[in-house]
Amino acid sequence: MTEEIIISGFGGQGVLSMGKILAYSGLVQGQEVSWMPSYGPEQRGGTANVTVILSNQRISSPVLNTYDTAIVLNQPSLDKFEPLVKPGGTLIFDGNGLHRLPVRTDINLYQINATEYAYANNSSKTINMIILGGLLKIRPIVEIENVLKGLKKTLPPRHHHLLPLNEQAIHTGMDLIMPYAV
Amino acid sequence: MSRKSDEVTLMKGNEAIAHAAVRCGCDGYFGYPITPQSEILETLMEIEPWKTTGMVVLQAESEVASINMVYGAAGCGKKSMTTSSSPGVSLMQEGISYMAGAELPGVIVNVMRGGPGLGTIQPSQADYFQATKGGGHGDYRMPVLAPASVQEMADFTVLAFDLAFKYLTPAMILADGIIGQMMEKVVLPPFTPRRSEEEIRRECPWATLGKTQDRNPNYISSLELRSEEMEKINLRLQKRYREIEKNEVRYEEIQCEDADFIFVAFGTMARVCQKAVEIAREEGLKVGLIRPITLFPYPYNRIAELSEKVKGFISVEMSAGQMVEDVRLAVSGKVPVEFYGRMGGIVPSPEEVLNALKTKLL
Repeated sequence: MTEEIIISGFGGQGVLSMGKILAYSGLVQGQEVSWMPSYGPEQRGGTANVTVILSNQRISSPVLNTYDTAIVLNQPSLDKFEPLVKPGGTLIFDGNGLHRLPVRTDINLYQINATEYAYANNSSKTINMIILGGLLKIRPIVEIENVLKGLKKTLPPRHHHLLPLNEQAIHTGMDLIMPYAV
Repeated sequence: MSRKSDEVTLMKGNEAIAHAAVRCGCDGYFGYPITPQSEILETLMEIEPWKTTGMVVLQAESEVASINMVYGAAGCGKKSMTTSSSPGVSLMQEGISYMAGAELPGVIVNVMRGGPGLGTIQPSQADYFQATKGGGHGDYRMPVLAPASVQEMADFTVLAFDLAFKYLTPAMILADGIIGQMMEKVVLPPFTPRRSEEEIRRECPWATLGKTQDRNPNYISSLELRSEEMEKINLRLQKRYREIEKNEVRYEEIQCEDADFIFVAFGTMARVCQKAVEIAREEGLKVGLIRPITLFPYPYNRIAELSEKVKGFISVEMSAGQMVEDVRLAVSGKVPVEFYGRMGGIVPSPEEVLNALKTKLL
């Protein structure tokens, strides 16, 4: 099994850390993992993306041009990565601020309004965990318990009191995600 | 430091270099921040090795200062290193040439970014000529290692020091922004204590550690105004480079046994080409990959051997075509040698390089 994932959004939406948690979860689960960020000016406020690969085999290229799963959190990311999802693959998008929605009919489309939910519930920093929960509902590539272990590894100890909040956000995401029909 | 040596962790290539340096008993790190390798200095500042192993970590005022601090520490027989990215490594070339001339061991890491000039912070491999053909002045070479994974960033830090001290030469790790920035699984090298002053005196009798009664003063300099003597130094260096060429060639072959066409690529591009090999094999195309691990010494002989049984090579680089010249030297016209590259920080995708192979060689 190899899962090639791109996560893309605005800098500050937690794109890179979502990828990091996913990569750590894979590590805990004994998989081969790679995490390749766009490290350019993006991380200073523009669009940021990260390629995460989880596999049972040695990973060759950390840089890809097509993906099994794309998670897009803004319009430029949707425009860039929708065409790059492999036929039969999965695209997850947050509807917040989009003026053009996905159009492909040969891939599985899912909408998760994580941003809207998080702001309504005064917890904007959980957006990425809500989306991660949504991903794991439809693509259970790692066990939730391994995600929580991965999360613990990525969070500095002084933030460990936030672990229950993040776990809750994962479950919220599992409830929020829904299929989207073109 | 508290980690067991066999523990698998997840970290960036840059972080792996920092941890490996502390673990292999490095005495001093001197560097100046520059993207995409600043995590090396940052990680060392977090580890605070001066509190445990006594390793010195210093942010110098410039890259010129960094390399000359390495020169000074190396003159005392200390294991010392610096790291930078392309523009910073250009500034260091004089110091590297001086180290080669003075026969001093040290490690220089170049996490390449796109040039020329300040260029871009995105990955590149366009410093191949500078690293392998002598970026500074004079007739010198140095071992150049090209890591293609985070694991190799850690392993080659140890290896580069070994080679530097074995042959009394600066040694370079030539990585690129991708390998520096990506996170992968890594098992860090086991912890080796720093050498004591006594051990350094024994292993490096040339070191300037203060004159003792039983010997003449040690002088370290790259200056020798008497031509006959200077030629002798050059001949000694050349003899050593031939030894390095004889003993230290390293490469990896992937599915070359039955290959009709072979990718030649190092670092990140080797990873991308490996994926292209996987795709090609699924399509029934017999494609392989040779990945030079040492860029100096270069695996000329192995490529020459392979050229007897394949239909063509394509060198894939993030540059305008630099290593391809060495592939052509090795192949010597027996079969076509093509080139595909991107510049300016663009990383070609696996599909893109496979298409290049099909277009140029099929």
